[in-house]
Amino acid sequence: MSDIFLVGNGAGFSGDRVDAPIPVVRTLIQRGLPAALFFEVLGERTVALAQLERRANPEAGFEPMLERLLAPVLADCFHHRIPILGNFGAANPPAAARCIARLALRLGLPQLKIAVVAGDDVMASIALDQLPVHEADGSIDTRSARLIAANAYIGAEPLVAALKAGADVVVAGRTSDPALAIAPLVHHFGWSLDDWQKLAVGAACGHLLECGSQVTGGVFWDPGRKDIPDPANIGFPIAEVTRDGGLIITKAADTGGLVDLRTIKEQLLYELHDPAHYITPDVVLDISGCHLEQVGQDRVAIHGLKGLPAPESLKVTASFEGSWLGEGEVSVAGPNALARAKATADVLLARLKLRGLPVRARVDLIGVASVHDSDDGALWRAYEGPEPPDIRIRLAAEGATRDDVDQAAREVLALLCCGTAGTGGARWRVTPRILTRSYLVLRERVPTSITTRTAAEIAA
Amino acid sequence: MTDLVELPLYDLAHSRAGDKGNRANLSLIPYRPELYPILAEQVTEARVLALFAHRGATRCRRYDLPLLHAFNFVVDDVLEGGVNASLNLDGHGKTQSFRLLALTVQVPRHLAP
Repeated sequence: MSDIFLVGNGAGFSGDRVDAPIPVVRTLIQRGLPAALFFEVLGERTVALAQLERRANPEAGFEPMLERLLAPVLADCFHHRIPILGNFGAANPPAAARCIARLALRLGLPQLKIAVVAGDDVMASIALDQLPVHEADGSIDTRSARLIAANAYIGAEPLVAALKAGADVVVAGRTSDPALAIAPLVHHFGWSLDDWQKLAVGAACGHLLECGSQVTGGVFWDPGRKDIPDPANIGFPIAEVTRDGGLIITKAADTGGLVDLRTIKEQLLYELHDPAHYITPDVVLDISGCHLEQVGQDRVAIHGLKGLPAPESLKVTASFEGSWLGEGEVSVAGPNALARAKATADVLLARLKLRGLPVRARVDLIGVASVHDSDDGALWRAYEGPEPPDIRIRLAAEGATRDDVDQAAREVLALLCCGTAGTGGARWRVTPRILTRSYLVLRERVPTSITTRTAAEIAA
Repeated sequence: MTDLVELPLYDLAHSRAGDKGNRANLSLIPYRPELYPILAEQVTEARVLALFAHRGATRCRRYDLPLLHAFNFVVDDVLEGGVNASLNLDGHGKTQSFRLLALTVQVPRHLAP
């Protein structure tokens, strides 16, 4: 087998550019090296949202853009033996497999082998109350809160088993993001699952690629300061990994974006806490001694990675039905906009109080201070000028019932007649909130399994 | 005496923010390696914590990566409850990297851009 293996990424989140995989696959084929393609589309809450969709429709609950993402590349990947891995199964991997099977038949690929990974969904099998809590946001009374989903971040092992079974597409639900890159490397090079040094390289590869364009210029570019070529067409990343653990990050050919020391550093540290302990189910990655080398245009080598033994426990993230969020916005612009916006904010808060609505509220003055501000509006209240030309006033209200927050948000709508002179452009909406809490569970308690069948068999 | 100029970090470094629950991490990456020790001295945990005091941040820890010439700041309780609880438009705190970049430091004139 070749000493270089390519790992391409086709999506970094659910909502990513759907045409991104096309140049990645084109490049993988042009390079003529053994390769795999992975899709990471499952944020922390995405499984819970998908579970809610599945409740409403038993054939839903997987990545909604799945067919759009795979349709242009599935036949090329199949013919060039480029396996595709993804956590696009979300809350319903079997339904995702059926979607892919139907697509495969339409493309004339009845022999496409699709593996479904099971075991991450632990809602029915594990009592959360007895587990140690790892991370929590907000305050959740888990005795009364209604559980939506509980999924373990599983590692590369079942994905490797699926590749060994000859899968062309591996459909997973919750996996650790790096596992999607570790698995094809372990399978290709025959790395042992306790070769921590090699797995560290796989984990770093997965970590750098899992957010797609974020390592090739996305959320990096800053016009005039950190410019990138053609930001409308950022090429998604490709890693070159060697058998002995060499790692180079590059990107799809003939695309925009760039790979340099700056983009790699930003993504290497992204969502990282202690750089010496980046915990994944397969290995604990230590980048504290890592250094980088630009080895060509859009090519950066990562040296000095270290691996420590995998943790005994896996992370389980549980999602619960939370409160409701109501949001309303209106605009003011032109002379005296700042005074009109500040007065509008105070009137909105006064109205909520006057009506006795049991909500927690906040007002932002978009164009003055919003995302950097606090709930009490410390920044916009302190702002004196210069006068912004255009300000959008946003009310956000959280409460226990849909009706209360809807009533709060509609106070923004009422400003169309009751507001200051020149108030316009009202929008409002109400959305349910999801609360999450993470637990640790011994890995033996999360058995996994795979089912591999052809598209023709699945569709039959 | 060295001639010093006061500049926002934005002129000297770049940054990216990430989240986990109610905790944010902010990288700080000087454009020039020579700036690394200067930022190490001036961009302290206390100064970064103070930047986010109005949002209720309780603790800031800085991890130094001298081989990468980069820092990683981990700020606790800065995301107003985290993405699931916050009323902020940016519950993930992705925009906070540019709040950090507005912080000023004093650098020798020959290292200014």
